[in-house]
Amino acid sequence: MAKQAVKNSTESPAVLEQYYRDMVFLRHFEEKCNLAYRQGKVGGYMHTYIGMEALAVGWLESIKKGYDYVITAYRDHAHALLLGTDPVAVMAELMGRKDGTAGGKGGSMHLFDPERGFYGGWGIVGGHIPLGAGLAFASKYREEDRITLNFMGDGASNQGVVFETLNMAGLWDLPCIFIVENNEFAMGTRLEYHAADPELWKRGIPFDIKSERIDGMDVIQMKNDAQRIVDWVRENQKPYWVEVMTYRYAGHGAADQDRQLYRTKEEEASAWKRDPIKRLEAILLERKILTPETVEAIDAEIIEQVDKIYDAADASPHPDPSEVYDNIYTDMDVEKGH
Amino acid sequence: MPAATETTYREALQKSMFEEMDKNADIFLMGEDIGRYEGTFKVTKGFFPKYGTRRVVDTPITEAGFMGIATGAAMAGLRPIVEFMTMSFSILALDQIINHTAKIHYMSNGIVKCPIVIRGPGGAAKQLSAQHSHSLDGWYAHVPGLKVVAPATVQDVYGMLKTAIADDNPVVFYEHPRLYAMKGTLPDHEYSIPFGKAQILKEGKDISLVGYSLMSQINLAAAELLAKDGIDAEVVDIRSLLPLDTETIYRSVRKTHRAVVVYEDWKSGSFGSEIHSRISEDCFDDLDGPVGRVGGLNVPMPYSRVLELEAVTNEHHVVAAVRKLL
Ligand SMILES: Cc1ncc(C[n+]2csc(CCOP(=O)(O)OP(=O)(O)O)c2C)c(N)n1
Ligand SMILES: [Mg+2]
Repeated sequence: MAKQAVKNSTESPAVLEQYYRDMVFLRHFEEKCNLAYRQGKVGGYMHTYIGMEALAVGWLESIKKGYDYVITAYRDHAHALLLGTDPVAVMAELMGRKDGTAGGKGGSMHLFDPERGFYGGWGIVGGHIPLGAGLAFASKYREEDRITLNFMGDGASNQGVVFETLNMAGLWDLPCIFIVENNEFAMGTRLEYHAADPELWKRGIPFDIKSERIDGMDVIQMKNDAQRIVDWVRENQKPYWVEVMTYRYAGHGAADQDRQLYRTKEEEASAWKRDPIKRLEAILLERKILTPETVEAIDAEIIEQVDKIYDAADASPHPDPSEVYDNIYTDMDVEKGH
Repeated sequence: MPAATETTYREALQKSMFEEMDKNADIFLMGEDIGRYEGTFKVTKGFFPKYGTRRVVDTPITEAGFMGIATGAAMAGLRPIVEFMTMSFSILALDQIINHTAKIHYMSNGIVKCPIVIRGPGGAAKQLSAQHSHSLDGWYAHVPGLKVVAPATVQDVYGMLKTAIADDNPVVFYEHPRLYAMKGTLPDHEYSIPFGKAQILKEGKDISLVGYSLMSQINLAAAELLAKDGIDAEVVDIRSLLPLDTETIYRSVRKTHRAVVVYEDWKSGSFGSEIHSRISEDCFDDLDGPVGRVGGLNVPMPYSRVLELEAVTNEHHVVAAVRKLL
């Protein structure tokens, strides 16, 4: 299947190498986040994207970055980083520091970078789906040809507000792509225990929305499919519903130490065989775009890069306690004190 | 001496639910990740293996939907215990709870009952930021038709959950994430604690510290600090917000002549403000000074630990408020 994608692919060697570097960067960045969490530098809820890298790379390489809109839930590091948000600011936000994307107010789950079209970063499962449709509403209202990528989990796709939003998106032809990152689990609940029909791709159909299921583990295929859908939505200014099949190798969040409650070690091991990074790596080696030596060199280079990001973020000071009151409103203060 | 076992707040909840579920097959649990995953805060650990899918129902992430389904099941005579993974997510089900669950008995003039327990952790745990840290106890205690309790001790969480499960009305049972691991001793015999009875956790003569849930523990810590300065504070744990036992609160205030109400919720417009105004109205002649109030900062909960510690009420804020009054 991978070979098939290569044959069809029109990407240049340089572009393929860039996808590879992007995915390896995301992997090491997330591993560093896990380390920072274990060290106590990051707290609260933190969810990594390990295993799902090809999905975000494929989609975000298909849009006009900084022009199109992107919104997602709390598993949001990859989306921000691929849009070009300063990785030091992302890491600093996770550490709750002054130089974080939100000055430490949001943390891992609430990254924002509107200059790059990134509107969060949301913690209430399903809650941001109408917001994403609202971004699309705004671009349609202004008669722009922007599109919106509206990411959600498989678990999120059950929330009532998602169906309400789909109806309106279908009714009003909102240029919004609803992307279900189907990683097979909603926290500790497996897909077949939470969805009456696990074929989530069908959920756009009742709302007259074009709908399909695609593979999110092969970055080349992912990119081709994403580009096709993005172009269609931009051209036709209508919504699209896509289920993308992926897998999260990590626990639900850094605090989830109970993976054995919902899946076996054997299942994890067999899922690792589909690792999107290894998959592209095999293709690049086969096509001699990379050699085992350059693979190693890229890895070492990125590890060093991530180390530097970590150090720079860690050098950022904690916010001043007085900042607790800043930015509740644009134009007024709240009553202070306990 | 009666036999007693050291146990945690979490284990006390479990014991209470196990005992009641064993006695009454109409009681079932419903919520997200409560079965196979044992609950995010592990409160329902052990229930799924024991009772299976019929009585321990894992739901999709659809708070409004399953809250309504549980309410319908209660109308038909079952006795659901609904867990919200955190009470912050009960906001998605507010329409069901307030517009439906709470009003059924009144709108039907008493011919339809709704025996349901709505439980879960509320308040700030640690660095869960703005969308996961709400104290909504006051919102619920505002609603006629709901009962609202918020136990602060191992003994109470056990005995009050029993009462909640036996109650034929909807009960919002507010737990606190920072109390789950707290230890205490639980008598080995079964008992229940009626709603609407406040208790004195520590006697004192100089000032009454009035609170509930985690804040009662904070008040105990504050009382210890105050004792070092020779101030003898009395800690009044109201336990039950609705119904509210004003008598016990007033008796304490009549003894100490001073009071501070302590709560975690946003300072403005909270249930603590309600208690404050009751004391001010009804104990005016007994008071030697204005009633004090300590609440959470009026800000969405920030993620940064430095900022979060600023925002959440702690014992030092209580001590400072007491000093201002004495
Ligand atoms: C309304 C609401 N209910 C419950 C939660 C707790 N929670 C956080 S993530 C999650 C699982 C979501 O799974 P999914 O949508 O598949 O996304 P994934 O984590 O797999 O990316 C749950 C239940 C929440 N944050 N918001
Ligand atoms: Mg999922």
